[in-house]
Amino acid sequence: MIDYVIAFLVGGGICVIGQLLLDFAKLTPAHLMSLFVVIGAILDGFDLYDKFIEFAGAGATVPITSFGHSLLHGAMHQSEKHGFVGIGMGIFELTSAGISAAILFAFIVALLFKPKG
Amino acid sequence: MRLVGKQTWEFENPIYINSVGTAAGPREAEGPLGKDFDITYDELRCGEDNWELAERKLMEQSIKLCLDKVELTPQDIDIFLAGDLLNQNVTANYVARQTQIPFLCMFGACSTSMETLAVGSALVDAGFANRIIASTSSHNATAERQFRYPTEYGGQKPKTATFTVTGAGTALVSRNQGPIRITKAVIGKVNDLGIKNPLDMGSAMAPAAADTIQQHFEDVGSTDDYDLIVTGDLSGVGSPILIQLLKDEGIDISARHNDCGLMIFDHTQEVFAGGSGCACSAVVTYGHIVKQLILGNLNKVLVVATGALLSPIMVQQKESIPTIAHGVVLERAGGPV
Repeated sequence: MIDYVIAFLVGGGICVIGQLLLDFAKLTPAHLMSLFVVIGAILDGFDLYDKFIEFAGAGATVPITSFGHSLLHGAMHQSEKHGFVGIGMGIFELTSAGISAAILFAFIVALLFKPKG
Repeated sequence: MRLVGKQTWEFENPIYINSVGTAAGPREAEGPLGKDFDITYDELRCGEDNWELAERKLMEQSIKLCLDKVELTPQDIDIFLAGDLLNQNVTANYVARQTQIPFLCMFGACSTSMETLAVGSALVDAGFANRIIASTSSHNATAERQFRYPTEYGGQKPKTATFTVTGAGTALVSRNQGPIRITKAVIGKVNDLGIKNPLDMGSAMAPAAADTIQQHFEDVGSTDDYDLIVTGDLSGVGSPILIQLLKDEGIDISARHNDCGLMIFDHTQEVFAGGSGCACSAVVTYGHIVKQLILGNLNKVLVVATGALLSPIMVQQKESIPTIAHGVVLERAGGPV
């Protein structure tokens, strides 16, 4: 049970930070998203994001910061095998399913529906 | 002398609005002025394939309705003055392709309604045209996409944001006697107090409105001629700023001021700070205020259409938003409707 509470509080906390940045720092949604992805990647660079996931579970994996962490993970993994070229090969390794799903479902929805506004 | 003081024009000949036509979208139809519009649509697409076509249809409809009421056709009109909010003024340009009336395209953002009416009246006064039509349009979906975010993007908006009015308004102006007389106009200067937030245009435009109104009062030497001073789209954020700015200059318009963006929607309609867009002042002026003047509920009105000359590229380059306001004086003339 405590795992759920921690996940809720940590995930919610990240969202609160995002909302505050939108409202007070006047960041655009695109800037905010990029910032969070970069923060996730940097934290993973110092090996901190995996520890964060161990602690907060879905509270750390669901927010967009985990996307940055996954990008870096894939890139580092392939770069160990293939050097610099591996960074390019591996960067979307772990996230490709998510990106493909986004493209596929966006395509299906665009076929079926017309925008409302 | 037609130029009075620095910025006010006084027309020497009697100039009249002979007819008006308004078309509006679904939210506007549900609002407090819904019954004042000639035609309304119950969905944003207005039966067309895309938003731009929908906006074009609104402008075409407003022109047709305006001319039908006085049994005229586009061939009877000497000059067509029009503008909208889209890049290259595409709505106006494509409607002009259809109407085949000699065409002056104008851009003053949301001030275009009174800009076209003022310039059109001047052309009629000077004899360059016998009859002109002035038309403006805006559409919520086309404008939101161009100036802010596409609505599907789901970007959050603060309470200072305005909601672009979907609609179009057209007025027919000539020297033939009609129910409303256009006596004066006031041409505004560009103001910029450094506001950079495209989601707070009320604050950006209030100084322009204050400047135009103050200059007009100075030009004519009087501040209490009007029973209504109505601004275009200052909304709930910009209106109090305008009243305060004028109070600081010793002019109190609080009892006589209203804003088209606040009149067109009521507070239950979830439109943030109020309505905005070229169509906001156009449909409220031509749909509602003109009717009130004809009915005798109003006698003399100063309509000050406010425009934020906003370019998304300039905002991305961290430039502030220049703003402008143009005014036209409408008086009850008692002529044939």
